[in-house]
Amino acid sequence: MTTVTTVDHVVIRFAGDSGDGMQLTGDRFTHDTAAAGNDFSTLPNFPAEIRAPQGTVAGVSSFQLHFADFDIRTPGDRPDVLVAMNPAALKANLGDLPRGGLIIADTADFTPRNLAKVGYASDPLTDGSLADYQVHALDLSGQATAAVASLGLGRKDAARTKNMYALGLLDWLYHRPVEGTISFLEKKFATAPQVRDANIAALKAGYAFGETTEVFANRYKVAPAPAPAGTYRQVSGNRALAYGLMAGAAKAGLQLFLGAYPITPASDVLHHLAAAKDAGVLTFQAEDEIAAVGAALGASFAGQLGVTATSGPGLALKMETIGLAVMLELPLVICDIQRAGPATGMPTKTEQADLTQALFGRHGEAPLPVIAAQSPGDCFAAAYEAVKIAIDYRTPVILLSDGYLANGAEPWPVPDLAALPPIDPAFATGPNRPDGGFWPYLRDDKLARAWAVPGTPGLEHRIGGIEKADGTGAVSYDPANHEFMVNLRKQKVDNIQAVVPPVEVDDPSGRARVLVLGWGSTYGPISAAARRVRTAGRRVATAHLRHLNPLPANLGEVLRAYDRVIVPEMNLGQLAMVLRSTYLVDVQSYSRVRGLPISLSELAADLVALIDEEDAE
Amino acid sequence: MTATTPAGTGLAGVPLSVTPLSRKDFTSDQEVRWCPGCGDYAVLATFQGLMPTLGIRRENTVIVSGIGCSSRFPYYVDSYGMHSIHGRAPAIATGVAMTRPDLAVWVVTGDGDALSIGGNHLIHALRRNVNITIMLFNNRIYGLTKGQYSPTSEQGKVTKSTPAGSVDRPFNPLSLALGAEATFVARTVDSHRAHLTEVLTAAISHRGASIVEIYQNCPIFNDGAFDALKGADGGLIPLRHGEPITFGPDGSRGVVRGPDGTLRIADVAEVGLGNVLVHDAHADDPGTAFALSRLTDTEALHTSPIGILRDVERPTYDDLARAQLTVHEDPEERLAGLQAMITGGDTWTV
Repeated sequence: MTTVTTVDHVVIRFAGDSGDGMQLTGDRFTHDTAAAGNDFSTLPNFPAEIRAPQGTVAGVSSFQLHFADFDIRTPGDRPDVLVAMNPAALKANLGDLPRGGLIIADTADFTPRNLAKVGYASDPLTDGSLADYQVHALDLSGQATAAVASLGLGRKDAARTKNMYALGLLDWLYHRPVEGTISFLEKKFATAPQVRDANIAALKAGYAFGETTEVFANRYKVAPAPAPAGTYRQVSGNRALAYGLMAGAAKAGLQLFLGAYPITPASDVLHHLAAAKDAGVLTFQAEDEIAAVGAALGASFAGQLGVTATSGPGLALKMETIGLAVMLELPLVICDIQRAGPATGMPTKTEQADLTQALFGRHGEAPLPVIAAQSPGDCFAAAYEAVKIAIDYRTPVILLSDGYLANGAEPWPVPDLAALPPIDPAFATGPNRPDGGFWPYLRDDKLARAWAVPGTPGLEHRIGGIEKADGTGAVSYDPANHEFMVNLRKQKVDNIQAVVPPVEVDDPSGRARVLVLGWGSTYGPISAAARRVRTAGRRVATAHLRHLNPLPANLGEVLRAYDRVIVPEMNLGQLAMVLRSTYLVDVQSYSRVRGLPISLSELAADLVALIDEEDAE
Repeated sequence: MTATTPAGTGLAGVPLSVTPLSRKDFTSDQEVRWCPGCGDYAVLATFQGLMPTLGIRRENTVIVSGIGCSSRFPYYVDSYGMHSIHGRAPAIATGVAMTRPDLAVWVVTGDGDALSIGGNHLIHALRRNVNITIMLFNNRIYGLTKGQYSPTSEQGKVTKSTPAGSVDRPFNPLSLALGAEATFVARTVDSHRAHLTEVLTAAISHRGASIVEIYQNCPIFNDGAFDALKGADGGLIPLRHGEPITFGPDGSRGVVRGPDGTLRIADVAEVGLGNVLVHDAHADDPGTAFALSRLTDTEALHTSPIGILRDVERPTYDDLARAQLTVHEDPEERLAGLQAMITGGDTWTV
């Protein structure tokens, strides 16, 4: 008899060869989990190689999903359940599984040859080395093949349904509805009825296997998580970012033009926008990163919304053009989906080490606003705000996301576009001089310059990369004018602080002495770690930055209010350096650069130790 | 309805001026700052003279340039213009042309700008056939940086950066353009005003990427580079569609196809006019145009064809890209469509 246990959260990791369909399996389990009403957070992890040698540790692809009956912030550090489709997947992931964790392994691939390939002298499923875990060694491939035998698929194709069989089994184990996945398969394989039927049969067979056998003594229930009322969908960071750009352009009444060159992990922004032709989005796959941003700047000059999306190496290549955009004072949104660097680094792994590049990576004094998204769904709001600032202030804006946000997914309350703040390009339509002339560098009270687009009669003008005379925009080599303009451009960006909300501190106790300050995707680990620290009876305050330039007006005051300020970052302390130099506050960097999100349990433990040390003083 | 030029031409979609314009309308208030005797003056004057003849509105003209002496060009023309960064003008112009079919888009560039630092953008703009017109000012030298050899300088060129003579082999810009699948390829000379006008007018009237190489004298760093070509006995080979290709004194020399298929220059009297190649600028195959481009000397210039080597019709990248889109003119409808898209089909309600 299977007993049903209710748990508040579960972390499952699906792992297999990169050809085993683990990303799809994880994605579908996420959908099934959304349908069950849980909160969730996901972390896909895959090799950069499209087909790394089969059966090797290098070729292991995994998908981790954390779901719960409360609001969760991270995809979880360590899985409770590991689904391993081959020996390499077990080898690569076992170290993350706590003792007592559940392993579901497909025995079909545990052949002597495959075991030897990853250095197992004997079969760990049978040699007793996994005694500390709950192991379910099942012939998933064989059972899936048997389940679809009547459908006439070849042996190889039949075995490929093993991922759906495993999904069905997990759906049963965690009480997930399978209807959503069935209709997904019906659509996906509409033109290949045999494959469609086989995948559906395998999914149902996996579910039935759990139900009819007594292999599993326990079955688990995770209750729906409370959430504010609304319509929700699942969204990944790159998709939300693409939607935010589209929403910004639509509200501004401009065409969205994306110039991009394929680069991991930013390519999905190009893919999502290229698929939005019905929404009038124009995408341009350029010959290189430089042309991509150049064309985007050309689109902005022409009076549309120019956007480019890239990752760190591409941002480096675009910098000269971004400097030109600073000089031209035209709207431009540059999305940097950060990855581990330098050079090629680890393209599919996450990092936050482009902050200083974004802030300071141009020659000359070339300030621009920098904003960062903090969760997959938040990429929408961050992108929308980037568009608004770019247009309102006639400036390039760098929007920072990273691989973790880009590929991760979470439930997302679908925003009501009508309720978003308006964006008005406020084009110049007539002369702005008493003599009937037009000066392109006359400014409004925010210091945003007049933006006259080609096709507007009487406002013909030339702009360029050479220093501008104040007001007229004519070429000027005057020393005093240059210094004036350098300061003016900085002041304009500084003025954006007027629309940057004050940083909010979360300190339920009101008496914390330690502040943990983050930016970007560390939001999840920091807030989850803080929750754990507080549960452990310690007081800690947290705050998170969306705006990296300009910084919120109250930030200095907030930093000075605490005895210790800890800044966790996936870099060597780039924000910490900025804070120290800006505010002369002795902030302490907490640096992790492993290509992975900061571990919440490690951070929580370290914070507890720090707080105890502080309290002991 | 605003009047525009006919469909299929380079200026289709660009609104026509209601009142006739003059050269003065295209002259900005900026003082022109090229060196005395620079070939750029002649090109600028010719350009300002031809623009009013196109009949389009001044405000619908955009000139994008890169970096170099010639790239100061936009400042001197009273239209919309951008003086950008080194080599990137074709890329920037691509964004302008894609988003605004109602604009006439010119690119001004030089041999260093287009062929060295910006080589990648040039070949891809040509390959895609974006509706832009590129004026490539070729003076075979770097002027603005004060006299280093350029990617079109002849081998052995002695400059400050090559005191022992350049060992670089130069590009043939028109061979490069033809290799990049360009649909309009032409060459002209700064001092030949009528020819310059004719070729530039044809170039802007061509729908797609047009490239016009302009031999342009730099009196400071490479004076007289084209003198041998320009004289009465010189080797400029004028190309006219449908006419036999002859040149030199009284058309005494002509281009003939050799037995191996390559082109060579012969005395017309010797071979007979009937054997002289008749120029076909509209040939679909670029082979003969390429062979014509090879008649250009790579070292000191003695012979070089001028005129339109190739002018063929092919759908443009920007027209094709726009044709794939559904553009919602009504903002409410656009927002509603977007709302439906971001909501998607897989939602749940709390």
